[in-house]
Amino acid sequence: MTDVASTATPKLPRGVRLRRDEVRDEWLLLAPERVLKPDAIAVKVLELCDGVRTVEGIVDELAAAYAAPREQIETDVKKMLEDLANKRVLDLA
Amino acid sequence: MNDMTIPNPDQATRVPPPAPLGMLAELTHRCPLSCPYCSNPVELDKRSGELDTETWKRVFSEAAAMGVLHLHLSGGEPTARKDIVELTAHAVKVGLYTNLITSGIGVAREKLEELADAGLDHVQLSIQDALPDNADKIAGLKGAHEKKRVFAGWVLELGLPLTINAVIHRGNIENIEALVSMALEFGARRVEIAHSQYYGWALENRDMLMPTREQVMRAAATVDRLREELEGKLVIDAVVPDYYARRPKPCVGGWGKQSLNVTPQGKVLPCHAAETIEHLQFDYVTEKSLSEIWAHGSAFEAYRGTSWMKEPCTSCPRKEIDFGGCRCQALAITGDPRNADPACSLSPFHAKITSLAMKSAAKEGTDYIYRRFGARPGAARVEITRNNAPV
Ligand code: SF4
Ligand code: SF4
Repeated sequence: MTDVASTATPKLPRGVRLRRDEVRDEWLLLAPERVLKPDAIAVKVLELCDGVRTVEGIVDELAAAYAAPREQIETDVKKMLEDLANKRVLDLA
Repeated sequence: MNDMTIPNPDQATRVPPPAPLGMLAELTHRCPLSCPYCSNPVELDKRSGELDTETWKRVFSEAAAMGVLHLHLSGGEPTARKDIVELTAHAVKVGLYTNLITSGIGVAREKLEELADAGLDHVQLSIQDALPDNADKIAGLKGAHEKKRVFAGWVLELGLPLTINAVIHRGNIENIEALVSMALEFGARRVEIAHSQYYGWALENRDMLMPTREQVMRAAATVDRLREELEGKLVIDAVVPDYYARRPKPCVGGWGKQSLNVTPQGKVLPCHAAETIEHLQFDYVTEKSLSEIWAHGSAFEAYRGTSWMKEPCTSCPRKEIDFGGCRCQALAITGDPRNADPACSLSPFHAKITSLAMKSAAKEGTDYIYRRFGARPGAARVEITRNNAPV
């Protein structure tokens, strides 16, 4: 299990690519032998995972953008990042 | 977020199929190793017939335009191609996710660096065992294991993600835990514990490769335990062994549904063993476009969807889940590729495959028939005929 710290600066490691698939008209996260299908909000989160922004910062930005309760967003984002880190498709450091 | 399966499971046979997700490009059959479990066909393609650089590039462009996401650069040993860097760069340029499936032998550090600079996404390195001497014996090359260790170090230094692939069989099945530790030590993020599939050279060597049922059960328990222990550190993907299974795997995710294979000479196959089904007619990329072959090629249409099936599959609720399993295995064991995969316990041939497995597993020794060009094609036929004989 990975505990996601608010100060972590998540990023997609080399070998994991977020890309728009024009043929299927959707966003995909490509990893070794895996294709993940992020929904619109997950895409937004992943776009912010640049290795510079902290988890805290990402949550703030989303809370502002979606006018949703910060706590709820924090739980969801951390859950998602943890899940991706466990799949080794996201680096938390 | 869910792992994606191909959209639209209910596509009828004749409407255009959904785009493939992955393509395996067997760039060459040349390889410095000679693993007895190699799934390459017994009659290997010769270098003289290999597709040229421009044709491969065109095929990669066509694949990307069709919607292929992952491109597996494979072989044989793909880096035996002089144009490997140029091909990789082109695949990256057209938007494909590039995965180099390599033995790590005969690849200079400079070459790997050029590949990394070209944008290679991922490296998959095979290892034969955790014990160097046994690993070298399986690979058929002394010193191979040590070279792989060095190669893995370069992969990490260059910042490339690494998967270790270990094909499991009787000669290494007791060392799974050590293999997984070795993958960690090599710096892999992912390891494939892939039980040998019995096609091509592996079928020739079945008597030397087949583990016992007890070994397979223990191996599965070990993998489950390690997967839990190493969550977040190492992803463990397992390919389960067929011969002792109750239900078959959806071979290649369904025939003509998710992936395709291009051989060194440009023949397009629905699965890497498809050539064993001798009545199928395969198209060549040199004669037709990849998308036309995918959509209308007779070999792809032959077993796409479910309308070709026979009982017990026709009336089975799992037919859209496993698509009746593997056609090549159905042919090899039952004599008819339209039969249910005999790995399925509902197949009337299930007892036969189990007994074949137990007979092979009861044999002693590891006197491998090594994969090589022009090796004993006669013996190959005898072996296959014996598989079809009643047991
Ligand atoms: S399985 Fe072994 S012999 Fe076959 S291509 Fe791979 S490394 Fe070469
Ligand atoms: S009967 Fe056919 S479809 Fe049903 S589980 Fe067995 S192989 Fe799969």
